[in-house]
Amino acid sequence: MAGAIWAVTQLEQGEPKGVSYETIAAGQKLAAALGKPLESVVLGAGARTAAAKVAARKVERVRVVDDPKLDPYTPDPYTAALRLAVEAETPDYVLFPHTYQVRDWVPRLAAALDAGFVSDVIDVRADGGEPVFVRQPFQGKLNADCVFAGAGPRLVSFQAGAFLADDAQKGESPAEIVDQAIDLSGVEVRTQVLDTFQEVENKVDLSRADVIVAVGRGIGKQENLGLVEELAAALGGQLAASRPVCDNEWLPMDRQIGSSGQTVAPRLYLAVGISGAIQHLVGMKNSGTIVAINKDANAPIFSVADYGIVGDLFEVVPALTAKVKETRGV
Amino acid sequence: MKIVVCIKQVPERDARLRIAPDGRSVDSAGAATEINESDQYALEAGLRLAEGVGGEVVALLLGPDGAEEAIRRALAMGATRAIHLNDAAFQEGDASANARALAAAAGAESPDLILTGLQSDDAGWSQTGVLLAERLGWPSATLIMEIEPPADGRIKVKRELESGWFQWITLPLPAVLTIQSGIYPVRYATLKGIMGAKKKEMKKMAPADLGLDPGQVGAAGRRVEVRRLYVPEKSAEAEILQGDAATAAATLVDRLQKEAKVL
Repeated sequence: MAGAIWAVTQLEQGEPKGVSYETIAAGQKLAAALGKPLESVVLGAGARTAAAKVAARKVERVRVVDDPKLDPYTPDPYTAALRLAVEAETPDYVLFPHTYQVRDWVPRLAAALDAGFVSDVIDVRADGGEPVFVRQPFQGKLNADCVFAGAGPRLVSFQAGAFLADDAQKGESPAEIVDQAIDLSGVEVRTQVLDTFQEVENKVDLSRADVIVAVGRGIGKQENLGLVEELAAALGGQLAASRPVCDNEWLPMDRQIGSSGQTVAPRLYLAVGISGAIQHLVGMKNSGTIVAINKDANAPIFSVADYGIVGDLFEVVPALTAKVKETRGV
Repeated sequence: MKIVVCIKQVPERDARLRIAPDGRSVDSAGAATEINESDQYALEAGLRLAEGVGGEVVALLLGPDGAEEAIRRALAMGATRAIHLNDAAFQEGDASANARALAAAAGAESPDLILTGLQSDDAGWSQTGVLLAERLGWPSATLIMEIEPPADGRIKVKRELESGWFQWITLPLPAVLTIQSGIYPVRYATLKGIMGAKKKEMKKMAPADLGLDPGQVGAAGRRVEVRRLYVPEKSAEAEILQGDAATAAATLVDRLQKEAKVL
């Protein structure tokens, strides 16, 4: 429908990926603010079956976009399919979850449609009828209010966890499901998928740990890790890390916490020398008690922590280890 | 093999950020800068590939005069030469406007491969590489963890997917790849490299040199505008424990025992 807001549902093994409901929740907020109808577009292999689940949410209708060329996912046919649908129906806004897959193809769609694309949005509000999209540039240190400039469809992707899937209201009756006719016969699929697999070496299951001591870039070099290992041992906890530590191969990848690593919620989480980029925070912010030790008082990690020590970790950590040993008698 | 690597200069990770008087940008005067982290990995990946199969690496950067420092560093690491898109018209572009300029400059080089970082540490759009692929009509792949030498006009790469999944794919050249941090350890510039960088070509280009109208790039060409940049209000404030290291550590243990009851 011309002027509508579309919330695009990403499928994972034929099921709506959880974050897609967050996108619907964001879409409901935007639709209410702008007085525009919200529709869901289910895109990919098995979209017809998945559409029934999405139709339970409060949306005007669910559009099904499926074609044999969409299985397995590759960017060319995905881009072509949604471009054709957008050109046919001319929605005003097209919303996505900010997933790895969305990052792989939605910028192509933006360029193909000559559309603006505000990515990784955490909130939306309307200032005098004009929607404002809030992002967190500079590794989450700052907020930016963004607006669209110029005409054309407007694309937005929402950061995981910015909206809650449970807030995506259910409709009184299931929404209408319609098949969106698209012709991909002329579309060349240039990417060839050889193998999709999980690395077998994920040996450490940090999600079961009661206490986690996580170390970040602030540790400086691999030789300094002993300091933090000692603290983890004194607390009877597991050692973990933020992405840069694993990128530098100071610790193996299976110790990594965050969006590209493990998601944990231990009783006690100590973040040592971790500034708290959003990619890390999403993996640990639901922990019971969070302690942050960092030299930068403005580091975003302090915004999720319960207790903070602003100081040199090379002084604080040994002092803490000694105190913990004394207290626990280890 | 000819490889163009797009790099961006960003504030150093620990730099104290000051909002500029316009309230929409960061005042970068005097601030320490570095090559964007995932771009460093892209450069490393490009250099390894070129060293393995033979060829050259061209560093491409859009930015003001001060970004020359990042270009020098890329040349010192081993890039053969550099292109600097530097003109007042390029300022305050969004991902779309910047990708238009980068695509024009990279495309004119007719490379086999364009590499970019996964996303920038400042704006963080995570769009540029994929945008310029579409502008050039080339295939693209993102979050690349491994690259094999090309064979029969195709390149085989390993992608990182969600939830711990990975994927091997192939795509035809020329192509654009966005590189995930950590792909290979990033080399340091040697003293010889730093000295040699001074003699390498650094070509400065303006919109007209790319066949672009100034209205297509920078602020005039953008589709998204930052209206306000500000320090976020903290939802919950951590209790900051005061005193020297020993005092703060003792207070923390006390809090964890008596208040949080987790020790």
